[in-house]
Amino acid sequence: MSAQARTARRRSLPLTAGCVLVGLVVAVAVVSLFWVPFTPDDTSGDRLMPPGLPHLLGTDKLGRDLLTQLMIGARIALAAGAGSVVLGGVIGLAAGLAAGFATRWLDDVVSALLDILIAFPTLLLAMLVAATQTASLTSAIVAIGLAMSAIVARLTRVLVKRVLAQDYITASRTSGTSWPRVIAEHVLPNIWPTLTVNLALQFGLAVLAEASLSYLGLGAPPPNASWGRMLAEAQASVFIAPVGVIAPGVLIVLLVVGVNLVADGLRDVADPTRRRRRR
Amino acid sequence: MSLLEVAGLHVRAAGGRDLVSDLSFTVEAGERFGLIGESGSGKSLTALAIMGLLPPGMTASGSVVFDAPGTDRTEVVGAPERRLTRLRGQVTSVVFQEPLTALDPLMRIGRQVAEPLRRRQGLRGRALDKAVLAALEEVRLAEPRRIARAYPHEISGGQRQRVAIAMALACRPALLIADEPTTALDVTVQAEVLALLDGLVAERSMALLFISHDLAVVAGLTDHVLILKDGAAVESGSALDVVNDPRHPYARELVDSARVLDAALDRLKGGGTP
Repeated sequence: MSAQARTARRRSLPLTAGCVLVGLVVAVAVVSLFWVPFTPDDTSGDRLMPPGLPHLLGTDKLGRDLLTQLMIGARIALAAGAGSVVLGGVIGLAAGLAAGFATRWLDDVVSALLDILIAFPTLLLAMLVAATQTASLTSAIVAIGLAMSAIVARLTRVLVKRVLAQDYITASRTSGTSWPRVIAEHVLPNIWPTLTVNLALQFGLAVLAEASLSYLGLGAPPPNASWGRMLAEAQASVFIAPVGVIAPGVLIVLLVVGVNLVADGLRDVADPTRRRRRR
Repeated sequence: MSLLEVAGLHVRAAGGRDLVSDLSFTVEAGERFGLIGESGSGKSLTALAIMGLLPPGMTASGSVVFDAPGTDRTEVVGAPERRLTRLRGQVTSVVFQEPLTALDPLMRIGRQVAEPLRRRQGLRGRALDKAVLAALEEVRLAEPRRIARAYPHEISGGQRQRVAIAMALACRPALLIADEPTTALDVTVQAEVLALLDGLVAERSMALLFISHDLAVVAGLTDHVLILKDGAAVESGSALDVVNDPRHPYARELVDSARVLDAALDRLKGGGTP
């Protein structure tokens, strides 16, 4: 194998590893849609059983099957991540574009608002939103998504400003391209690589935020098992039935690490100027 | 009727300072007009004002009238954006003091050249691909197929400059504004690009507004020159007259310094090897 080919392999390693990890969780979530070993509210098992048969990973303190809960938890973690990224991404992108194009004073107002929003810890903001409604997966997604949109908006605003200052924007406008076309053809493609990487990172943060909110009882209510709530519930019996704590914890780590690896790999793939260096 | 008529043009900065004051000149169809001045003299702002592309915060007053065959007479100063969008392309500028930034780094060359071709000439599909290659060949780019597939960072500075010219010409403008097209290039490439520009303008009988700080380059390429200093015209006339008989002290200074450079070269040539 030539040295160049080896570098290319190594560079795409994070992406491959990340895709495998995320793919694993996605596969589990998809399977859970069609088949789970037990129904999630089936409390027929003995309480706090160790791994064995018929409960492969044992049971929790109410006698529910742990594997079933974990599988459904995968669904909830992914939904939380994807939902928040879509919501935060759309709102953030729109606000950031508007601020990037706005006149000086409007830009100042929007920037100040964003700074205030960002100064709030994401989790605190999410807790505020979640607390004003009944706790549900949707309220958690809305809360995390809104908090995320401020970060995305600020990043978008800076990226848009930087792209707009470039000569190729002026060049495109001198040849008679209208603003909407300039945005679609030049602005969005040029901010996209950075934005994608950031959104992928935000996905990981959203999974963590949802787990934290659920841990605090502000996420999806039972019997929808969220990994965060499973951690909270199994915490008291950690020495009697350690699998109940370890399993959801390990899964959260795997998913978040996987997403971060994907983000890292995307950085290289999304930008052709980096792609050349890879060759 | 002149192609471009600039009368009493002022460009004011946000603070109220005049960056260009009371500038007037006309460019006839097919004429080559040179705008000379040191950096900060307002020559690039003049070009932007002509296209209605002044950066936010700057305002233009006075009159810039563009009258190309096939379009309505347009007063650029104060015109709504939609009207200007239609005008741009008719009067196109090659904006490229720095040729790397004039091209979108994430778009293949072929697509960038296709953009104005598609919009201005309504070409699609295979006809468009062919037109792109033809446009690249026209600016004497070897291997147009490879270039069309390349990203801007994969080709050289001189090649980028040629691509930028191809993009500007794809609009089939009546007036081409070339703003310091050769400043960022090394001397041999500069000469090639200038010769190319010269030939293409002659072929299409376009008008050319050439902006540069280099009197020698401008005088060699244009019929008529205007010298700007601190935003005001200090001298204008035919290129020959200005070079042979400069009246304003600043113009004389410019001509003298160009002569000094020439003389230095001649001395070297005359002296042979030291």
